Amino acid sequence: MSVLTVRSLSKSYGGVRALDDVSFSVAAGELLALIGPNGAGKSTCFNIVNGQIRPDAGHVWIGGREVTGLAPRRIARLGVGRTFQIAAVFGSMTAVENVQMAMIAARGQSFGLWRPAAAHHRQAALELLGRVGMAELAERPAATLAYGDVKRLELAVALAGEPVLLLMDEPTAGMGAGERGALIALVRELVTERRLAALFTEHSMDVVFAHADRVIVLARGKLIADGSADAVRADPQVRAVYLGSGAAMAEEDGHP
Amino acid sequence: MSLDGLLFQALNGLAGASALFLVAAGLSIIFGVSRIVNLAHGSFYMLGIYLAGTLAGGFGGAFGFWAGVIGAVLVVAALGALTEIALLRRIYAAPELYQLLATFALALIVNDAVLYLWGPEDILGPRAPGLEGAIDLLGRRLPTYDIFLALVGPAVLIGLHLLLARSRFGRLIRAATEDREMAAALGVNEKVLFTAVFALGAGLAALGGALQMAREPASLSLDLAVLGDAFVIVVVGGLGSIPGAYVAAVLVAEVKALCIALGTVSVGGFEVNLSKLTLVAEFLVMAIVLIVRPNGLFGRPQPPARVAGRGEPPLRPMGRNGGIVALGVVAALALLPLAEGAFPYAPVLAVDMLVAVIFATSLHFIMGPGGMHSFGHAAYFGLGAYGAAYAATQLGAPTFAALAAGIVAAGLGALVFGWFAVRLSGVYLAMLTLAFAQIVWSIAYQWEAVTGGSNGLFGVWPDAPLDTRAGLYLAALGGALVVVLLLRRVLFAPFGYALRASRDSPLRAEAVGIATGRVQWLGFALAGALCGLAGGLFAFAKGSISPEAISVGRSIDGLVMVLLGGVESLLGPIVGAGAFTLLQDSVMRETDYWRALLGALILAIVLIFPGGLMGGAARLWALATRRAAR
Ligand SMILES: Nc1ncnc2c1ncn2[C@@H]1O[C@H](COP(=O)(O)OP(=O)(O)OP(=O)(O)O)[C@@H](O)[C@H]1O
Ligand SMILES: [Mg+2]
Repeated sequence: MSVLTVRSLSKSYGGVRALDDVSFSVAAGELLALIGPNGAGKSTCFNIVNGQIRPDAGHVWIGGREVTGLAPRRIARLGVGRTFQIAAVFGSMTAVENVQMAMIAARGQSFGLWRPAAAHHRQAALELLGRVGMAELAERPAATLAYGDVKRLELAVALAGEPVLLLMDEPTAGMGAGERGALIALVRELVTERRLAALFTEHSMDVVFAHADRVIVLARGKLIADGSADAVRADPQVRAVYLGSGAAMAEEDGHP
Repeated sequence: MSLDGLLFQALNGLAGASALFLVAAGLSIIFGVSRIVNLAHGSFYMLGIYLAGTLAGGFGGAFGFWAGVIGAVLVVAALGALTEIALLRRIYAAPELYQLLATFALALIVNDAVLYLWGPEDILGPRAPGLEGAIDLLGRRLPTYDIFLALVGPAVLIGLHLLLARSRFGRLIRAATEDREMAAALGVNEKVLFTAVFALGAGLAALGGALQMAREPASLSLDLAVLGDAFVIVVVGGLGSIPGAYVAAVLVAEVKALCIALGTVSVGGFEVNLSKLTLVAEFLVMAIVLIVRPNGLFGRPQPPARVAGRGEPPLRPMGRNGGIVALGVVAALALLPLAEGAFPYAPVLAVDMLVAVIFATSLHFIMGPGGMHSFGHAAYFGLGAYGAAYAATQLGAPTFAALAAGIVAAGLGALVFGWFAVRLSGVYLAMLTLAFAQIVWSIAYQWEAVTGGSNGLFGVWPDAPLDTRAGLYLAALGGALVVVLLLRRVLFAPFGYALRASRDSPLRAEAVGIATGRVQWLGFALAGALCGLAGGLFAFAKGSISPEAISVGRSIDGLVMVLLGGVESLLGPIVGAGAFTLLQDSVMRETDYWRALLGALILAIVLIFPGGLMGGAARLWALATRRAAR
């Protein structure tokens, strides 16, 4: 059964067709990579799925329920966690408080006026931070973390609501090559263990082909391939798109 | 009401629209390029009218008038350039709140400079030679000068359009307005451009003022009055849009003219004098436009505001030592009435301080952790004060019930205004909150049957046991303690975290499932309600409440208290309120030029101590402990 189903999504900005009739689905326990050159429409796709922007046409179902046009916070409460291309965390809170806040919100406790927030879900939050390798940084203010650690923290925040669907827009941007592989390997583990459906974008093809169950490819808003890593790698259209954009399939493309 | 009377007022309105358009256009151009909302813009207008009058008198003769106008424009433009170089350059990167306050400080200083140079009396300017007459229109006499003024607006609009569209300077302004990085990349000399733009904007405001000298006397209250009008126009038209400013100026002027023309009408059995409601009417226009089109009629979405506090250190509970110190301070305060024999004035001053503490703490709640920079907190103070005073004097409520009535009134007001306010952010939010406060103020001023009009409500005395100095003081101390502890508790609770989360990153907050709008709304309402207690206590302490006590000045005082103490610290508003009240009571009371003093204080905070007293103390402490560790 698929957790996320996207059907015929389209979105234009002025004359630019950011997404053009895109359909795909992600199943529970599946790690799906969404790749494509810069400006292909990957972030637009994420933003529509989590309700950040409205599509011009098309539908999104999560867990069998149509969510097209719902506000991000409603979609979040249905069990969707996401990370942003430019990481967004709560700068005035410590790392562990960030995760606690997300847990509080996911359980609908945001309007609690009396019992201190620090007493909510602390143990669970610390465990989750440990899981993403940030145990020692738990008490550090988020505003003082290195960018790689902010990305990791953001992953913990996205996982805090025990999501059924995880959306990660370039979760490894700003990390070193080794770190990248390790982070996606961790996500791979979580996906299997928690039967998560996960969709992610990633510019390092090595990482994508090593860990993703399936790969879909966007180019100029159109979905041009959908299949196993090997099938996609061999696809002539995909090769043309990547060679055309000047980046080699197997290399890092130096995306910021 | 006859049709030609309406038309006559409509023409009259066009004349008024021109002056306001000139001010608003300047404000808009400056904002477009520098992203600064210049609260001193009304001051440039005021300087324009004073200078033009003096210069026209000095030159004398038929050409003296026009020479005066031109001279005033040039002098003020030069002053504008000087302001940009000396002040604004230092604060382009600062959070919006600091920019607003710095320019407001400038307005305070200019006001006192004008007071010093021209004295407190209103000054009548000369009439325009050749345009003194009037023509008959629709059976009424319409002054020629008004027709001239009505034409000035469109003329300047066209002139500005040509300047922006055709000249190199204009192209640079547009480039900088559309895309600042792009303009920088094109090799635009930003410094010179910004200075020139500021001079142009100041000159336009001065022109608006100078041309008014034949129509109205120069007075010291013009700066804030004109600024308020220009705000409304710029917000209605859309920040940064010049045609928008003209359309809005005409719209607002016509709505006002309509109110005057209609006069007293009867609505459902009530006699409503619309001609007195012009102020309310104009702010209503603004509120409606902002709700329907949050960026104004012709405006475009603003980039996210640079809110102070996003990277502030995490909140920490006081800890044991802090708690012991706080308990000691409270115990000492509770014993203060014992010293009344030696210092009879002490409890009176202390009540002022406690009122200020409640006021500043509640304001800090929404502007610090809430990230909503309210420039109209006086509204809730006023609702609380009038609510309590009305309940006590007209309904005969006992003191505690009256104070509760004040809290309810303020809370309801904040619930209504907050609903609108949280839809906006940054400078728009600042302007809307200011507008709401002006509405409350003008209702207090004009609804005589309930509020006592300009005299206010009298005989608001507390009953036993609060009818002694010590009694009222202890009640105020108790109230302040409850407010401070309650807000503190809430800030450490999930709600307070959700409030900060919504400020730190609305994107992230929504993505984890926080209803940011509702959190901010309720936070706003809670702070407003508690602020009502400050108003109620104030009314009982003074025995009266009048519109003067709830004017813009009080809102600004609140902002200064919070920033003086330090917006990033929970103790900041308390320390700031205490220090500010002392300062007001000692230094500012001694001089006619307290505005300039306050302005200097604000500039000192913004330019030298952005962390306020608590921020400074923290830095000293860090330095001392580092020394000790060595
Ligand atoms: N708010 C917007 N306004 C106008 N155009 C937009 C907007 N957002 C995206 N676009 C355009 O839509 C297209 C797709 O953008 P999108 O951000 O989805 O690409 P992407 O695949 O995420 O690229 P990248 O790898 O650089 O992150 C681009 O051409 C972009 O310029
Ligand atoms: Mg992207």
